Amino acid sequence: MLVKSAVPIRRFDTLVIGAGGGGLRAALQLSQAEATVAVVSKVFPTRSHTVAAQGGVNAALGNVTPDNWHWHMYDTVKGSDFLGDQDAIEYMCRAASRLVVELEHAGVPFSRLDNGKIYQRAFGGQSQNFGGDQASRTCAAADRTGHAILHSLYQQNIRAKTHFFDEYYAIDLIKDAEGAILGAVVLEIETGEPLIIEAKTTLLATGGVGRLFRNNTNARINTGDGMGMVLRAGIPIEDMEFFQFHPTGIAGKGMLITEGARGEGGYLLNKDGERFMERYAPHAKDLASRDVVSRAIATEVREGRGCGPEGDYVLLKVDHLGEEVVNKRLPGIRDMVKTFLHIDPSKQPIPVFPTAHYTMGGIPTNRFGEVVQSGADGGEEPVPGLYAVGECACVSVHGANRLGGNSLLDIVVFGRAAGNRIIEYLRDHRYHRHMSWPGVDGALARLARWDQRGEGESVAQLRNELQKAMEHYCGVFRTEDVLREGLEKVKEIERRLADARLRDHSKVFNTARIEAFELENLVDAGLATVTAALARQESRGAHSRIDYPERDDQNWMKHSLYYKEGGRLTYKPVRTQPLTVEPFPPKPRVY
Amino acid sequence: MRFSIYRYNPETDREPRMQDFELKNVEPGMMLLDGLLRLKQQDETLSFRHSCGEGVCGSDGMNINGRNGLSCITPLNGLKEPVEIRPLPGMPVIRDLVVDLSQFYHQYRSVKPWLTVHEPETEVEYRQSPAERDKLDGLYECILCACCSTACPSFWWNPDKFRGPAALLQAYRFLADSRDQATAERLQALEGPYRLFRCHTIMNCAEVCPKGLNPTKAIGHIKELMLKHMV
Repeated sequence: MLVKSAVPIRRFDTLVIGAGGGGLRAALQLSQAEATVAVVSKVFPTRSHTVAAQGGVNAALGNVTPDNWHWHMYDTVKGSDFLGDQDAIEYMCRAASRLVVELEHAGVPFSRLDNGKIYQRAFGGQSQNFGGDQASRTCAAADRTGHAILHSLYQQNIRAKTHFFDEYYAIDLIKDAEGAILGAVVLEIETGEPLIIEAKTTLLATGGVGRLFRNNTNARINTGDGMGMVLRAGIPIEDMEFFQFHPTGIAGKGMLITEGARGEGGYLLNKDGERFMERYAPHAKDLASRDVVSRAIATEVREGRGCGPEGDYVLLKVDHLGEEVVNKRLPGIRDMVKTFLHIDPSKQPIPVFPTAHYTMGGIPTNRFGEVVQSGADGGEEPVPGLYAVGECACVSVHGANRLGGNSLLDIVVFGRAAGNRIIEYLRDHRYHRHMSWPGVDGALARLARWDQRGEGESVAQLRNELQKAMEHYCGVFRTEDVLREGLEKVKEIERRLADARLRDHSKVFNTARIEAFELENLVDAGLATVTAALARQESRGAHSRIDYPERDDQNWMKHSLYYKEGGRLTYKPVRTQPLTVEPFPPKPRVY
Repeated sequence: MRFSIYRYNPETDREPRMQDFELKNVEPGMMLLDGLLRLKQQDETLSFRHSCGEGVCGSDGMNINGRNGLSCITPLNGLKEPVEIRPLPGMPVIRDLVVDLSQFYHQYRSVKPWLTVHEPETEVEYRQSPAERDKLDGLYECILCACCSTACPSFWWNPDKFRGPAALLQAYRFLADSRDQATAERLQALEGPYRLFRCHTIMNCAEVCPKGLNPTKAIGHIKELMLKHMV
């Protein structure tokens, strides 16, 4: 066991954990305000998963179709199946145009229209005039928008001289007796040595937990590390039952085919060559919300209208768009489909199937990026010194289903908002609190646990079982019995994890050890997901219960909160009151 | 399928060695990364970087049968056996296939790879015609995987002085951007015998780039710009 006093300490105003778009946007805000910022990332920043976002970022610039932020807000509330918090949604949609322009000024190479303005494409669930004609709201850099944004934000951070701890892994938050967060214990992956980073404020921007499912569009780093840290610190996570399955992952493999493919005019076909989305969403068709399209595909396949020898996928047709459109607007997709399927999408349709994609739930925050917990008076209060943004957080702007193009928006809007809130906090809190040594113990024990030698199951084995279980028991369609079985299965994996052992005990760049920490986070997020899914007896957004097929606003228009201790759930109301406009009351959701 | 993989752990090995691996049940369509992940299940101590699995994050650059590439988009089918896997050449090895890329990143940062505009900011986007934007194609897509720079003999000899193909591609990405207003400073910063002019158009960079980019061509364009600015 390590001697605590031997662990080196570094001190900063702010610790940002995660170097995707959310973390980098916040870090930029802070560096420009001359706060000292440490960005800790388990991978070099441009390897963060923002890099893989394809289609674009929503903002009502109105460059292609008439648009305004209020329409965008309506679409987002409706897309969320009325579980999104309308104050945060209004804030995000109002901020969008300014933030996208700012990204453009930061260097993002957006595609362009003939008049020199930013190119915008059609995306799912986007309308003009509160549910009217299709809107073109998604600002795109070909189909590499995430790459373009992430690299530009990293470049701006180099300019601002942000301090990076590349390839450091955050083990746990440090919490003192009053519940304030004092920073984190991190591990330098190259040396295997722990380090305490003390900070007046800590921002989690650790991304989602798509690796919970076997077939997913996510990078291997998306293991819910921030969610795990927060749960271990005794703070709940919110709405984890809402997990987005993207309609068009490459069948059997999982790589993402952007919704932009349908935005550019692509459409889905079943084995009879039928454009089946016309049946499920007569108005929006292939550009209905993702949950709607994913269920439609899953239904086609279940009812025997899938394509291929096993009938287990549908086809995404873009070949009719012509080589020029494919090359110009979807070059990344073209390359990926050629690489992984050896077909040319400008000549042949692409086999696709719904694939685990995005975590709507996460660490509960308000629209300032402050992590919130229930206060003594029954209301909400911020956890002192702790912030979260992006996919690891739940503001909640996505509610039960995220719209395409809103995740890149979420990270820049709330990255900036959290940065501003932190600057305010730093103004009022000029000094570091006293270090809490008991708060360090948990993290060091977590480190030491994987030093145990001897026989035991491997991390890889347990992770494979977890991913299979989540896919089987907690997929697109859910029922009570299946979820109950799934919960037992995940609990059993949790029990077995206690006896798992590493074979690799070296210190230097031990990726096996990192994967073990990641699996602990995955298991916690998995338990939260299945527990919350089992409890929610309705169908809303991405959470589709065959045994409760209707949305139940009377009983279930509320956010779930899952606590690690005892696997307990509580609930809190949806914030239906926007900042300045009239609320959008729940109504039947038709596309 | 047989593999021969470079192994080195500074805690236990005095010298690097090659280790043989055998992979059974190779399925059609498997990529090298899938293979390596299965080998890691056989021997957990085998270390390499990887993340997105689809060629966009740039983590898993390595030397595969003598040629730099990304393991996640290199099909196993067609690789000569035993497949010889080594770390990216010329970089200090941290462990196994993991190299220290500090110098590579340093060179990248040194070209000031960010858009520089001297004019006051407008409240709307800077205008750029589609034709102007097209000039960034083939430049901005770089994923910093380091396959190019670590395949470049000029970079091997002078990694501290020569910026290398990846950094120079980025330098040109901003020179080519109609919005950027730092052309003179950028060109000046590349003067001298090493930073730019160590490129001897060997073209290894373009040959290995997993994204199909061509740093040599970009370097040529920088040289042309320099000439233009001199007269």
